[in-house]
Amino acid sequence: MTAGIGSGGKAFFRRAAAAFAGSAITLFARIVTAPRAIWSGIEPLPKQRVYFANHTSNADFVLLWTVLPPMLRARTRPVAALEYWLKTPLRAFIGRDVFNAVLIDRRPEERVEDPVALMGQALAEGSSLILFPEGVRNMTEEPLLPFRTGLFHLAKQNPEIDLVPVWISNLNRVMPKGEIIPLPLICTLTFGAPLHLGDTEEKGDFLARSHAALIALKETVPA
Amino acid sequence: MSATPHLIWLLLGVGVILVIATLIGEILRARIAPDGDNPVIENLNARISAWWGMVILLSLAFLAGRPGVVILFAVLSFSALREFLTLTAKARADHWSLAGAFFIVLPVQYWLVGLDWYGLYAIFIPVYAFLLMPVVSALRGETKSFLTRVAETQWALMICVYCVSHVPALLTLHIEGYEGRSVILIAWLIFTVQLSDVMQYVWGKLFGSRLVAPQLSPSKTWEGLIGGVMTATTAGAALWWMTPFTMLQAAGMALAVTLMGFFGGLVMSAIKRDKGVKDWGHLIAGHGGFLDRLDSVVFAAPIFFHLTRWFWT
Repeated sequence: MTAGIGSGGKAFFRRAAAAFAGSAITLFARIVTAPRAIWSGIEPLPKQRVYFANHTSNADFVLLWTVLPPMLRARTRPVAALEYWLKTPLRAFIGRDVFNAVLIDRRPEERVEDPVALMGQALAEGSSLILFPEGVRNMTEEPLLPFRTGLFHLAKQNPEIDLVPVWISNLNRVMPKGEIIPLPLICTLTFGAPLHLGDTEEKGDFLARSHAALIALKETVPA
Repeated sequence: MSATPHLIWLLLGVGVILVIATLIGEILRARIAPDGDNPVIENLNARISAWWGMVILLSLAFLAGRPGVVILFAVLSFSALREFLTLTAKARADHWSLAGAFFIVLPVQYWLVGLDWYGLYAIFIPVYAFLLMPVVSALRGETKSFLTRVAETQWALMICVYCVSHVPALLTLHIEGYEGRSVILIAWLIFTVQLSDVMQYVWGKLFGSRLVAPQLSPSKTWEGLIGGVMTATTAGAALWWMTPFTMLQAAGMALAVTLMGFFGGLVMSAIKRDKGVKDWGHLIAGHGGFLDRLDSVVFAAPIFFHLTRWFWT
């Protein structure tokens, strides 16, 4: 009995701490980068969506999460790498409790659950997702790496859900890999028109089309 | 004599102007586009409500005295510098010098202004930052577009930190018979320059047809320029009694700062055109960024500071 109350109190405390940490992180992100959301192809409505974005920094999903209106943010879960976010207790708290991330294992030989099945499950529960279809952080000179196949499988299993491309600009300049001090430059996030899988569209064609749709948003952002 | 009664009169006057502007904005909306579908009227109303915020913030800083004013302008500098450096040329190798611009050069400049150390704050950025910042970038070894990168960074610091810091620096001027009232100089400068901007917009919207610089800006007209500068010069001269100037001197000063303000808008428009943006930022609704609102003050403040320092101290 006592133990039951104790663990209930602990869960409550953990939820409160997570909500507080979430507000603190979004405030910090706003002070550091003054992020600007441009909803050019779609409106910020409370519909179920998969936001897919370019990936240059670990802070990418934090920024995307920050610029979503609070009502949307509460139902949006980032898809993140399990082996990174479960490494330390602090990361686990941030990844699991604050962002409620869908944690997927990027190491095929280690994993027990299929990433696409985990994402599909989160969608079935009514959540929206933030996904980085490049799979890894882009450290190259190329603007965007080729997409992995996860986005295609999600599109196939959930044909009614909007797949929204989001181009995140400048974040790689705010915090390049290996630097400790972030530069407080303005980051712009451009939300493009939603995509759906065509009736007869093949995997390769769809991935090329979504890749092109994301990179096309880059051209609309100055500098 | 303390600055308070004059400052309160000026702020009350601005308050009355804003009340009238708010009423005109609401009447225009109700008469012409009650559904809020006229972009010019919506932008006008957004600008007026942002003005309320800016005036309230500035009043609070004035009430807090020198530390309040120095801190407010340091924060404005930071926001302006972020807008400018977001658009300048830079490479990975500049990370440390850019971090230095935000976290060392900017706070040190305002700290020196707060200390009233004129001999150092007048040269800190044009000499020390100018010589040492490129060294930090050079040590990282990247030579591609080196001159463009360091020159644009230095320009950002001069505009957003050095020039802006001359507004709170007005508090450090020791004018005989005007002790303890120098905050009025700031209020008068900002009022005159911003009134000129607003009246250029109003005259331009009402009567503007001939563009001053068609390649730079579609909204700067000769009618707006002449109407705005004349109105603001008259208003600045009419407020001579709260300044250390005679009425004629106040008119001359007002003409100088409003013309500098106009040139500031012109130069900053050229930079925006070059970088392919319409506004510097997005944080002040209806106006754009901090630099969109500060551009005229940036160019007017150092000139006003030195004219006052040379002839009145």
